[in-house]
Amino acid sequence: MQRRAPALGALANAVRRFAKRYVVRRVAGMVPTLVLISIIIFVVIQLPPGDIVTSTLDRLQASGVEVSAEQVQNLRAQYNLDKPWHLQYLHWAGGFVVGDMGYSYRYSRPVNELIGERLGYTLLITISAVLFTWTVALPIGIYSAVRQYSAGDYAFTVLGLVGIATPQFLLALIFMYVGYEWFGISIGGLFSPEFREAPWSLARLWDLGKHIWIPMVVLGLGGTAATMRVLRANLLDELNKPYVVTARAKGVPPVRLVLKYPLRIALNPFVSTVGLLLPTLIAGEAIISIVLNLPTLGQLLLDSLQTQDMFLAGSVVMLQVILVLVGLLLSDLLLAWIDPRIRYE
Amino acid sequence: MSEAAAAPVAPDAPRGAEQLAEITPRELTWRRFKRHRLALASGWFLAVLYLLAALCEFVSPYRPETRNVAAINAPPMGVRFFDLEGGFHLRPFVYGYDMRVNPDTWMREYTMNAAKRYPLEFFAKGDSYRLFGLVPLDRHLFVATGGAGEPGQRGYVHLFGTDQLGRDMFSRVFYGARVSLSIGLVGLAMTFVLGIVFGGLAGYIGGWVDRAIQRITAVLLSIPQLPLWMALTAALPPAWSPLRIYFGVTIILSLFGWTILARQVRGRFLALRVEEFVVAARLIGAGRMRVILRHMLPNFLSHTITTATLAVPAMIIGETALSFLGIGLRPPVVSWGVLLQQAQNYQVIVMTPWLMIPGLFVVLAVMAFNLFGDGLRDAADPYNTGGQN
Repeated sequence: MQRRAPALGALANAVRRFAKRYVVRRVAGMVPTLVLISIIIFVVIQLPPGDIVTSTLDRLQASGVEVSAEQVQNLRAQYNLDKPWHLQYLHWAGGFVVGDMGYSYRYSRPVNELIGERLGYTLLITISAVLFTWTVALPIGIYSAVRQYSAGDYAFTVLGLVGIATPQFLLALIFMYVGYEWFGISIGGLFSPEFREAPWSLARLWDLGKHIWIPMVVLGLGGTAATMRVLRANLLDELNKPYVVTARAKGVPPVRLVLKYPLRIALNPFVSTVGLLLPTLIAGEAIISIVLNLPTLGQLLLDSLQTQDMFLAGSVVMLQVILVLVGLLLSDLLLAWIDPRIRYE
Repeated sequence: MSEAAAAPVAPDAPRGAEQLAEITPRELTWRRFKRHRLALASGWFLAVLYLLAALCEFVSPYRPETRNVAAINAPPMGVRFFDLEGGFHLRPFVYGYDMRVNPDTWMREYTMNAAKRYPLEFFAKGDSYRLFGLVPLDRHLFVATGGAGEPGQRGYVHLFGTDQLGRDMFSRVFYGARVSLSIGLVGLAMTFVLGIVFGGLAGYIGGWVDRAIQRITAVLLSIPQLPLWMALTAALPPAWSPLRIYFGVTIILSLFGWTILARQVRGRFLALRVEEFVVAARLIGAGRMRVILRHMLPNFLSHTITTATLAVPAMIIGETALSFLGIGLRPPVVSWGVLLQQAQNYQVIVMTPWLMIPGLFVVLAVMAFNLFGDGLRDAADPYNTGGQN
């Protein structure tokens, strides 16, 4: 043991060095992807006929205010809308790179502020949903594999099928109904009214804890079904291998038999599916936040799309893409960490 | 079971071999598929659902916009054979409602009234419609009759209740099924074309075309779909006619679905390109298009179709979600998502939970498509051993 320790240390260092280089290369590889995506997003956001100025004008004229052509021109110039589109793009993308996401016409506030208020909650809900998915899917997946074709396995299979087929907003609606009808609580928001504007305190944190489990469960359940099926299939493949049969024949206790090697190997795709899980979670969060009235990015996105607040809408979608890409990177690193067979190429 | 079919062949080996040789790949696929009982049942369920959706004017007792002011926000009615006194009636019937406004909550409350017995008549006359937009008809699968007891009050039937304008939810669910389910199929066709074209180009031409397409699919796969769907559908001009909006939404939904398919087609192309029969065809002097269409495409077509089937549920859910948010299809059009839009806050859900019935149909349809697609995929892939993916 003592003789091996320095060797292990050297190995760990080498891995760390490799990992660093790998991360740098992956991040560098993300740059062209991000540029391409940002162009797509910008073009899409620009698509609707008219812009924030025309929709503002419509509102003003509807309320009887006369607006001169000169004023319109000034308004356009103020928002840079009189420039050709590629300059507008550079303006937006350039600002994004240095951390200034522009100005929201709809809210008359910097986009940074608006997103800053909500990004934390989005991350909190998404990460807790991933954790929920894992904590639920892991034991169920193991159970279903070990007790294949048992009544419980069938029950979970059916539940999983229903879970995969249920759109998340419908699940949110059902939760609202059940919560109100059976438990007499109104579900929605992340805080009770008295804590909504209050400064952070222990009581407010507790209040958050009481509210956050619903979006967490609603969001997490969708992924749970798929994850648990994957784990079940992988573990089943592993359990039929000769080394497991040998170990069983030699009298290794059942729990140890499953946990020692087969589970570890079966967990591998489990982690890699996080990469697939993340886009669904981010997208799911966007829609349930509207149903459940959560102060997260989703509501901001819908609102900004409907009012053609392009800086805000573009920045929100862009941030969601970045969240997904960073999540993919993290899951790859995690995968390489738990599975020594995977090398950083 | 298939063993029973194979058993009589065994004693007569040469004849059996002949018989086996006669089985076409299509028959083999069908045999494999039939073994998947859940997939088969799902297939039947979908077939019935699509038939009902296609004949929605006939199936539903009312037109989707017909209002019954005597029943606004009314709960679902049960079809009965026995009346409250225990008497049996061969002709099924429903009981009408008595409505009263609760003096405390100002809500309409409905109670069943045994005096209002409305027998159901089948293949009877009701609202007139044009089947498939062509054949003028006025027969419906069932309509309520009776109500003679009260003058000016015709009998009515609302198996799924009514919404806040007194429109029959049963009729609306089936009219909605036509739109929601057909979006899945039209989207499937578009996904299929896009997937084959891009996947084929990448796999067959290779080189920079391959790299460019690979890059695009990687980018599209890493974008969370829903926000971009939201951005794109929000860009559809509100002034468009319902039909154009419908196709716009369908195109948007299939714009992202083709990536997985394209990757698969590319993989198949790469693998097939070096197979002997393809090389042989090329050496004989077959043109590029002929090699692709005659020799390569039939080889992976069935498998590709089944993979594409698995993209339908995502589109149905996508349409429902977008319409639910109010940026997909819009109200004069009836789709499951548009119907669910009414059930957006918990007050409505608690007061009129039957407005969530379209959601039940979404779940059932998506589940059936998933099972059906899984079964098809397993059946169409001769190398599939039944494992996951």
